[in-house]
Amino acid sequence: MNLTRLLAMSRKEAIQLRRDPRSLLMAFMLPVLLILFFGYAISFDVKNIELAVLDQSNTAPSRDLIERFESSGYFNILAYPERYADIDDLLRRGEVKLVLVIPPEFARDLAAGWPAQVQIVLDGSDANTATIAQNYATAIAARFSLEVLLRGRQVVVPAQAESRVWFNETLESRNMIVPGLVAVIMSIIAAMLTALTIAREWERGTMEQLAATPVHRLEVVIGKLLPYVAIGLFDVAIAVIAGLVIFGVPFRGNVFLLSIMTLMFLLGALSFGMFISATVKSQVLATQLALQTTYLPAILLSGFMFSISTMPVFLQVVTYAVPARYFVTVTKGIFLKGVGPSVLWAEGVAMIIFATVGLSLAIRAFKKELG
Amino acid sequence: MGISPTRVREMLKKELRQMLRDPKMRGALIVAPIIMLVMFGYAVNTDIRDTTTFVIDHDRTATSRELLEVFESTGYFKIVGRSDRPADLVRALDYGDAAVGIEIPVGFAADIASGQGAQVQIVVDGTDSNSATVALGYAGLIVQQFGLARAAAAGTLPGGGIDLRNRAWYNPELESRTYNVPGVIAALIMLITLLLTSMSVVREREMGTLDQLSVSPLSPTEFILGKTVPSMLVAFLDLFLVTGIAILWFGIPMRGSFLVLLPAALAFIVAGLALGLLLSSVSKTQQEAFMGMFLILLPAIILSGFFYPISSMPELFQWLTVLNPMRHFLEIIRAVFLKDAGFLDLWRQYVALTLMAVGVLWVAVVRFRGTTAS
Repeated sequence: MNLTRLLAMSRKEAIQLRRDPRSLLMAFMLPVLLILFFGYAISFDVKNIELAVLDQSNTAPSRDLIERFESSGYFNILAYPERYADIDDLLRRGEVKLVLVIPPEFARDLAAGWPAQVQIVLDGSDANTATIAQNYATAIAARFSLEVLLRGRQVVVPAQAESRVWFNETLESRNMIVPGLVAVIMSIIAAMLTALTIAREWERGTMEQLAATPVHRLEVVIGKLLPYVAIGLFDVAIAVIAGLVIFGVPFRGNVFLLSIMTLMFLLGALSFGMFISATVKSQVLATQLALQTTYLPAILLSGFMFSISTMPVFLQVVTYAVPARYFVTVTKGIFLKGVGPSVLWAEGVAMIIFATVGLSLAIRAFKKELG
Repeated sequence: MGISPTRVREMLKKELRQMLRDPKMRGALIVAPIIMLVMFGYAVNTDIRDTTTFVIDHDRTATSRELLEVFESTGYFKIVGRSDRPADLVRALDYGDAAVGIEIPVGFAADIASGQGAQVQIVVDGTDSNSATVALGYAGLIVQQFGLARAAAAGTLPGGGIDLRNRAWYNPELESRTYNVPGVIAALIMLITLLLTSMSVVREREMGTLDQLSVSPLSPTEFILGKTVPSMLVAFLDLFLVTGIAILWFGIPMRGSFLVLLPAALAFIVAGLALGLLLSSVSKTQQEAFMGMFLILLPAIILSGFFYPISSMPELFQWLTVLNPMRHFLEIIRAVFLKDAGFLDLWRQYVALTLMAVGVLWVAVVRFRGTTAS
């Protein structure tokens, strides 16, 4: 390998990049824009759940109970249906997620000390929201019961949980989303940056010129890679700073460790894009492959949105081939938990393996075309 | 210029042949969606079950063991480790071995019995705030109900209070997959439609074949038809394949009518293809179109209500989602699948989707005319 030739290759790639200012601008701006956009938009904090109330009791205690639902901040009462039959329409059209039904005997039973039935009808189709809504409703009802039961008596609640949340004390979903988002966006950007580089030379007919030069395939691949590594590192740095400054996400770990991990991740992801580019000769096909192998897997199989531990075993095995998975663990770990190499070494090793395999695949795939 | 059926047919043939000639392309267009649906269908599971739990029981009484049994019997928690030292709990959470920690203090049983009020410490890993919230809610309720049941049994509390009955319609088991697999279908179709057309015009331009077009008798409208119709066929084929797998493989109930779904699918597919076409007309290079696709796809998926309800978004973003075709299609496909919803229930979504399909297609045609005329 000749360093001069390698650098010349890098310079050539950089010049080519500069000649396409729109793409270059996108490569620099996209990650920051996306982090900003989604940092604001995404929130897993379930609140303002659409609620309808059917109050057949219409008494002071039933209104008290409704008041508690309203003032909890979790529910947003949108409708007061008159008849039980109206519930069906409300739920089917998706206008409300749940209906609170208070039967006529509610106040009487409560006063008599009998179990007063209250019904919650949920739109179960959205299981996640339904589960959370059910929890909130149960907690509100339990609180209400306890106060009714204990009215005028000095009795302590028999047992209570005292909860603490670690790593994300306020349970702010943004704190967990932003670090993961950095990882997911970078995985997609990385593939996007390199997936077309070699296919492009092929389509534009500059591949023959390249083949005519004495440059070695190792120098071509690494030379082409370097400018993108620089762009990638810059992107991550800006995204991290945006996360810290604008969203106030805590950063508890080591900056140096994050940089090293990022570098290894980028090498792997960029080489993989390069591999795609060297395997197929058309940009259209390279696009398809890059999107299908990185886009949705990075979002769905990285543990960013859906936790890996609940997936079936075969799919958990598949996630080991998704580099975003390691990087999500790394960013979350360093940002929120402040863990060091003793915890993250496995991810580091996995990413080194990924980078090595990706790079050698890219170099091997490139050989055929020059020859 | 009018539309000549012969010319359109020839163009269709050429496009279809070009699209399906390459076996790699056939794989990307037909096999890949199937594989993706199967994989992602398994991945999109947000049920909180068997949350990994680490236990420190300082009390070591029959009561404390019973409480832990209640925790496990709910199915929400799975005890993966026990110890006497709080340091082990810290370690388990640090390494991600456990997501929840339960610490029962000395005197727990005695405090319940004496009516003094007992406390249990619950620690959760907040890095996954969604499941942490749910787990916290469950844990709090379990401890409270446990105490109340004990007190009621001992006669220290009167009976009565609210007896809350939950009934979940459409999905009584509250399985998240039933709701999420239609989301995967919508995301896949969005991805495929964009892929199919976003490279089409810009490739011809980069290769110089677009100039040949201007000397051919083909009108821009015919050209657009020739570009969209084959893609539409492929997109429909993919839709049938993935919907079939969702129903047959994942057992997602199809309670509604396919007749209600089809017009929505048509409008959604046309909107996606037109969006890709528009992108392709305004891009100078394939690289640019690729990045543009990326820029469209991520918001389309994230702001569709696929991962989390639109009502939890900030208000500004809730308004933005109205412009997202995937949001409307997702609402339709979910409601038709799970709730047997009809046109009357979903007319708003139909109107929005149709407007978008027609509108974007119109802009794409106008824009394309502009590029070829120049």
